[in-house]
Amino acid sequence: MRKLFIKELLKSNKNKKNYLLINDLGYNVIEPFKKKYPDRIFNAGVSEQNMMGMAAGIASENCNVFVYSIANFSTFRCAEQIRNDVDYHKLPVTIVSVGSGVGYGNLGYTHHALQDYALMRSFPNMQILSPGNNNELIALLNYTQKNPQPSYLRLDKTEHKEVEFKKIPVSPGGIVKLIDGNKKKILLTTGSIQSLAKNIKLKKYKNYSLYSMPIWGMKAKNKAKNIIKKFDEIITIEDHFYDGGFGSWLKECINDTNIKTKIKSKYIRPEVINEVGSREYLLKKFGPK
Amino acid sequence: MNKNIKDIRTNILKLTYKAKSSHIGSCLSIVEILAVLYNNILKKKDRFILSKGHAALALYCTLYEKKYISLKILNSFGSNKSILMNHVSHKVNGVEFSTGSLGHGLPIAVGKALKFKTNKETNKVYVLMSDGEMNEGTTWEGLLFASHHKLDNLNIIIDYNKIQSMDFVNKVVGIEPLKSKFLSFGCNVKEINGHNLNAINKALISSVKNKPNVIIANTVKGKGVSFMENNNLWHYKNPNLNELKRSLIEIKKKYA
Repeated sequence: MRKLFIKELLKSNKNKKNYLLINDLGYNVIEPFKKKYPDRIFNAGVSEQNMMGMAAGIASENCNVFVYSIANFSTFRCAEQIRNDVDYHKLPVTIVSVGSGVGYGNLGYTHHALQDYALMRSFPNMQILSPGNNNELIALLNYTQKNPQPSYLRLDKTEHKEVEFKKIPVSPGGIVKLIDGNKKKILLTTGSIQSLAKNIKLKKYKNYSLYSMPIWGMKAKNKAKNIIKKFDEIITIEDHFYDGGFGSWLKECINDTNIKTKIKSKYIRPEVINEVGSREYLLKKFGPK
Repeated sequence: MNKNIKDIRTNILKLTYKAKSSHIGSCLSIVEILAVLYNNILKKKDRFILSKGHAALALYCTLYEKKYISLKILNSFGSNKSILMNHVSHKVNGVEFSTGSLGHGLPIAVGKALKFKTNKETNKVYVLMSDGEMNEGTTWEGLLFASHHKLDNLNIIIDYNKIQSMDFVNKVVGIEPLKSKFLSFGCNVKEINGHNLNAINKALISSVKNKPNVIIANTVKGKGVSFMENNNLWHYKNPNLNELKRSLIEIKKKYA
């Protein structure tokens, strides 16, 4: 999804208000942006805290800033800069993290993004943007540029096959139908695990419908609550730990309400993954089934 | 400006007493720097960030002098429902950015300076840091970047009062030789008496092309009140009524 992200970012930068910051990575991805807008991209070097602070500084001067990095580097490494500088000031910084879940399978636990939702959804102004396919990514980028605000864009490392462009309506806490089925029992996924969620549906939950929720976060809970109550049963599927993840967020949405919807969750096994392997291998062993 | 300085110090003392808040020493050491910035240096298009956010009260008192905030708002310091957080808040008129966790202000200022420079805008950015912030990794990350990108519109002032939270700086984690550290990072460095108005003014108006400007302002923590000066106790302690009265008499005499 990385290349499509850059391609779409280029399209939307006609007013030159978009800045792209990287922390010495993005080889073979960011080059088209650099070629077209050399004075709007900066390599902060290996210094994520300074990069995130600078992003807030630039954004506070009426610009949109995209901070592009891998997994934990643009989140945990600079968590306080995100909290105090970006989220507290409600600045239009989109934090882009590549390698969702176990996308960087062989690179090991340091590069796995398994707790990033937990961190990013704890910030009151932050919206989570988690695309599961190319059309969702395009829709999310359009959405965030029309509604500039603190955002966390969680990208799949794998490039998805180009499919026919289809405009998808996205909104915070809103759902997108992927496969039609039972009207009352659904599987609900978010982000890069969408293809595995499809497999799970086809193998084990033939009668269920499959939906995705590409935008969520603390502020989207009310909207999501009204959607949850339409169903009798929701099974969430994510490539993240349960603690602080999407499934637990969905349950929080109906906490202290009379909504009777049964919510079950499928997630990454809650432990440090001490072995490496391909994404497929690790998902098969540690992922949702 | 001398009246400003007297009034800012007086209000810092009175409000710290009223609110029973901390950081009086950190506030008193930057009064002259703030007075020169707000009276002589800052233009409407310029930006000022107080990175040592715990000295918020000194900035609030300065903003009151410059009519950014009313007396009513200033006097709400330490009361319930007040917007005057003890660490500087951007919800207060005239405050550019909220800080409070050390080491955040410089990267913000670097980002702003970078934006102005890449757009060929002439706005200048000023950031006031504490000597304790020299312990932070982000300080040196930010300096590397600012120097590499020749951000000569960036002005960094260090309030070098030699005392950080728990002890003297040279007893916690020594930062000397400070001037040569900044020089080796490619900055234009000036070292001044941070309570001398002319010296502050002169340092702030001179700059060198293609280099970030650093001013090491040698200051005294607790400046203006003899029993608070150079005493680490006043990083935390607030004055009792007797101490307040004594300190106000001193300020009245010294800054008449």
